[in-house]
Amino acid sequence: MSMFSIFGVSGSAISAQSQRLNVVASNLANADAVAGPDGKTYKSRQVVFETVPMGSAAAAGVKVRDVRESDAPERRVFDPTHPSADAEGYVAHSNVNPVEEMVNMISASRSYQNNVEVMNTTKTLLLKTLQMGQ
Amino acid sequence: MFSQLTEAIDFHGKALVVRAERQRVIASNIANADTPGYAARDLNFKDNMTRALGQDAALPAAQGTTNQRHIPLATRGGELGAASRLGYTVQAQPAMDNNSVDLNHERGNFVDNAVRYESTLRFINSHAKTILSAIQGQ
Repeated sequence: MSMFSIFGVSGSAISAQSQRLNVVASNLANADAVAGPDGKTYKSRQVVFETVPMGSAAAAGVKVRDVRESDAPERRVFDPTHPSADAEGYVAHSNVNPVEEMVNMISASRSYQNNVEVMNTTKTLLLKTLQMGQ
Repeated sequence: MFSQLTEAIDFHGKALVVRAERQRVIASNIANADTPGYAARDLNFKDNMTRALGQDAALPAAQGTTNQRHIPLATRGGELGAASRLGYTVQAQPAMDNNSVDLNHERGNFVDNAVRYESTLRFINSHAKTILSAIQGQ
């Protein structure tokens, strides 16, 4: 049954989207983090998706190829009273853009829902196929 | 004599295989909706059904050829074997990451294909019931 591989395809997509959601969560959690003792701030992370062939040309799954750190400049806030302030009185915050991350989160959750629905429809069709001739 | 009874079921059985294959292609498109550079595929039901029925001669020349006697470009078929040919969907609007999946379109196609798959199943079921009642004569 060729339709069984749909579960593999949609399953790989669900796993990739949940990893993306994980990365978004860690970005949002560190949105306001300041530089640690080593002077380095948290860098925003993004997943890179890649297509994985699954047996035939018709079935193409997804996997996360890489988790990349953003090169955007850190957010500098003037706060001379802050313990982590530098000589000019600026504090380096992480380069996470919360608005971008929220959009990313909504996109990931919609894609996740889409793939769950695909699996549900496929399951219904397969069950009906099993009942053929009854 | 009996082949006349089962011919219609055979036809719908082939249609069911093509529908299942198309369902798989659309599921792959939906799974790769966020993959950069992915080109959405689709399966022309009419052409593949004609091939499944062994009426290839009625079809226009295959991809990459301009004449029936040309050797077509190598295509990897799925469950339908080398005879199945996947095409590429026409992109509705360009995307920054070169992904050509139109999710609304794909979802529509998925539901459409699921309904048609189910209707083919019902055809098979009702036909099987008809034959059974003919055999039993009750």
